[in-house]
Amino acid sequence: MLDEPAPVGDPARRAFLMRAGAVIVTFSLAPRDLFAQGEGGAAKLPGSLDKAPLLDAWIRVGADGGVTVFTGKAELGQGLKTALVALAAEELEVPPASVMLVTADTSRTPDEGYTAGSNSMKDSGTAIRAAAAQVRELLIERAAAKLGVAAERLQARDGNVVAEDGRRVSFGELAAQGYAEVRAKPSLQLKNPKAYRIVGKRLARVDIPAKVSGGVAYVQDLRLPGMLHARVVCPPSYDARLRSADIAAVERMPGVVKVLRDGSVLGVVAGREFEAIRAMRVLGASAQWDESARLPAGDLFAALKALPAQDIVDADRHADAMPAVHTLEATYTRAYQMHASIGPSCAVGLYEDGTLTVWTHSQGVYPLRASIAEMLRMPPSQVHCIHAEGSGCYGHNAADDAAAHAALFARALPGRPIRVQWMREQEHTCEPYGPAMIASLRGGVGADGKIVAFDVDGWSNSHSTRPGGAGNLMPARYLATPFTQPVPKPIPMPEGGGDRNAIPLYDVPDVHVVHHFIAPMPIRVSALRSLGAYVNVFAIESFMDELAHAAGVDAVAFRLRHLTDRRARDVVSRAATRFGWEGFASHRGHGRGFAFARYKNLAAYCAVAVEVALDHETGRARVVRAAAAVDSGQVVNPDGLRNQIEGGIVQAMSWTLFEAVTFDATRITSFDWSTYPIARFPDVPDRVDVEVIDRPGEPFLGTGEAAQGPTAAAIGNAIADASGARLRDLPLSRARIKAAIGV
Amino acid sequence: MIDLTVNGRVHRVDADADTPLLYVLRDHLGLNGAKFGCGLGQCGACTVIVDGKAIFSCVTPISVLGGRAIRTVEGLGTETDPGPLQRAFIDEQAAQCGYCIAGMIMRAQALLDANPAPTEADIRRHMAPNLCRCGTHMRILRAIRRVADVGKRAATPAPREPT
Repeated sequence: MLDEPAPVGDPARRAFLMRAGAVIVTFSLAPRDLFAQGEGGAAKLPGSLDKAPLLDAWIRVGADGGVTVFTGKAELGQGLKTALVALAAEELEVPPASVMLVTADTSRTPDEGYTAGSNSMKDSGTAIRAAAAQVRELLIERAAAKLGVAAERLQARDGNVVAEDGRRVSFGELAAQGYAEVRAKPSLQLKNPKAYRIVGKRLARVDIPAKVSGGVAYVQDLRLPGMLHARVVCPPSYDARLRSADIAAVERMPGVVKVLRDGSVLGVVAGREFEAIRAMRVLGASAQWDESARLPAGDLFAALKALPAQDIVDADRHADAMPAVHTLEATYTRAYQMHASIGPSCAVGLYEDGTLTVWTHSQGVYPLRASIAEMLRMPPSQVHCIHAEGSGCYGHNAADDAAAHAALFARALPGRPIRVQWMREQEHTCEPYGPAMIASLRGGVGADGKIVAFDVDGWSNSHSTRPGGAGNLMPARYLATPFTQPVPKPIPMPEGGGDRNAIPLYDVPDVHVVHHFIAPMPIRVSALRSLGAYVNVFAIESFMDELAHAAGVDAVAFRLRHLTDRRARDVVSRAATRFGWEGFASHRGHGRGFAFARYKNLAAYCAVAVEVALDHETGRARVVRAAAAVDSGQVVNPDGLRNQIEGGIVQAMSWTLFEAVTFDATRITSFDWSTYPIARFPDVPDRVDVEVIDRPGEPFLGTGEAAQGPTAAAIGNAIADASGARLRDLPLSRARIKAAIGV
Repeated sequence: MIDLTVNGRVHRVDADADTPLLYVLRDHLGLNGAKFGCGLGQCGACTVIVDGKAIFSCVTPISVLGGRAIRTVEGLGTETDPGPLQRAFIDEQAAQCGYCIAGMIMRAQALLDANPAPTEADIRRHMAPNLCRCGTHMRILRAIRRVADVGKRAATPAPREPT
């Protein structure tokens, strides 16, 4: 709804309006929309426009017609930049090459929270598409006034507004006066998807050419004049406290500018990078820590279940149903797993003239800014966080912690940019992991071969300990005056955290889902791609196969029997067809598996089918091929979607077959790629086929996390098909497979 | 002081002899391609080619590199004029976050220089030292295969131009 503009009597505004003439434009645009809104009350604006309703917060047009688009989201390697540029270019009718995109920057872009939860297209894409459409209409209105032609007879084309008689006015000229204060309207005049020339077509990623040729692309590539290199010495365990370190000796080492200690936060700053690394090693070796043995090194899952939990009833529906003729119970578990980003976290901080600037690959620059401001006891307005790409994060990794280190060191050395680079061992041992989880399922099938009851009981820590709040910055917890980690709260449904996707999507009369939220966190945890969905879908989709088997029904047919949502049925059928489900012959050591989920029960639909080869002697399982179908609503970049699903399948395969964080009573012992092996080229499938189902005009459905859960379950189901052994504990490691098949 | 030959040019570098090549490439020469992934020779994000062999620049001190031919991804082509393998990676859109990609390209280039028509098994085995966390493996293999297929089709391997 349009707010009243500031009274024209306000001198500053009057001066602006006299200069810009904007009030005339606003009122000429307004009549139809004002009446429509007056009836209904405040209508919601599309996506993030609701939080940042001014058009020029999102889209600006320069005098040369160049377009700048602003997004509060960040490029994580998921192809977001390319998709947002495409949406803006399509609605504005300009070539994508003329669009520049500015991402997450607390001084320049709207606040869109975190780039997480697969919400970027829904939140930012929707807002940018709508804003671009409205800027187009605004410029057309101006051209109409200028050319004396009705707006309906004008068209935007290639950065101009053109009339039927060929007269044209450039965007640059039309936008010269700006459109500050023009608010977005809820009613949209979006381009008809049938007319798309960019969106939905094969788009080349805008960032790839630089990445294959050594261009500046990452926060790790930032070089500022006078920049110094810093390394930290991280606490060796969560409870560790620093007793002493030989600071004086390290400060005498070549190139060392300063050793910084604040409580148990310890770091060294040097002129050259390798000087900092050498000094860090000496500093670390000299450091004496007080530690205690607090980690749950015995039966992890028993230890977790013994912790106090808050019980949350997520679903409790009862309807009349026939009695069950088969009843099954099964418990599924998952060890801690890590993001293990290929590039350890990095940040650059500069404290100058009372302002702190931090370049960071954090997923949320605004919450980070607030937490750093709190940590340093500075006003947030004096802290400026700018997103620069890191390597893939797959959730909340150590990016915010490195940013906190950069902030601390920058403030200690004003006027010098300080680059903090975490080491591999630090990223592996200090990052927040995907929580260990337990899911206990009970279900019954009636005489008609349909599920009559489905119970899910899940146990998990929080899946989000992100900053907001200095206490969620790891370094802040080790300062001499430490901040305390806030007690985490569960993420409410329908999104959920540990209970994400815990409610089966299937048509079942009796469904009871309870989530046991465990607040105490013996091991550091936070959001890892898909959150609880990876485990819950693994559990539910493994159990679906177990129920199907009891009912004597094919796995795919059994799922279709319980799905009425047409889009769900389509992805299931297409994935099965693409895989060749009907004609496949399983035999000993060679099996097939299928799984389906709709991410969060409200985002993208994804079905995955895999063929697994199992070596009965060694227990080694390999995914030979995978076929998938995905429905993300209106497709913006089909290849981008395919890339995300392919990547999700390969990554989830690695999690599922190989990955578990190890620890002893005191310390994390997964400290490098040898102690936490992941899939390598010999492990990846021969083929991964992804079919993207386009739904023109439908809302964008978040896709980046949709393949994780279905892949895990498909693999578990295929191993069961190949060997007769049902494995329920992730990872489905070679040792566990061997033990299960009795070799 | 040490003279290092990188992409055909000689650079006089003022760095300690035990400095791993990675930091000299990035910090002294401003070359972004080779990346810090682990510093342990386990992930290959730092891969460059020295005298025709793919090596981990994160664990190779510059003291052993005098007089050797060092090639980085910058030497294969530019953003506007990419070399064949870079072109293949662009055409296959073989990147998600892209952090591992420069290392992947150099590892692959070393294979293709030695064997212009490798088999699928050759490629997978050769690429094993390099990690990709995003799961872009299928596209990376397709990009390498594109260039390998050209090698297979050629009657004789094309002479390699010095970089």
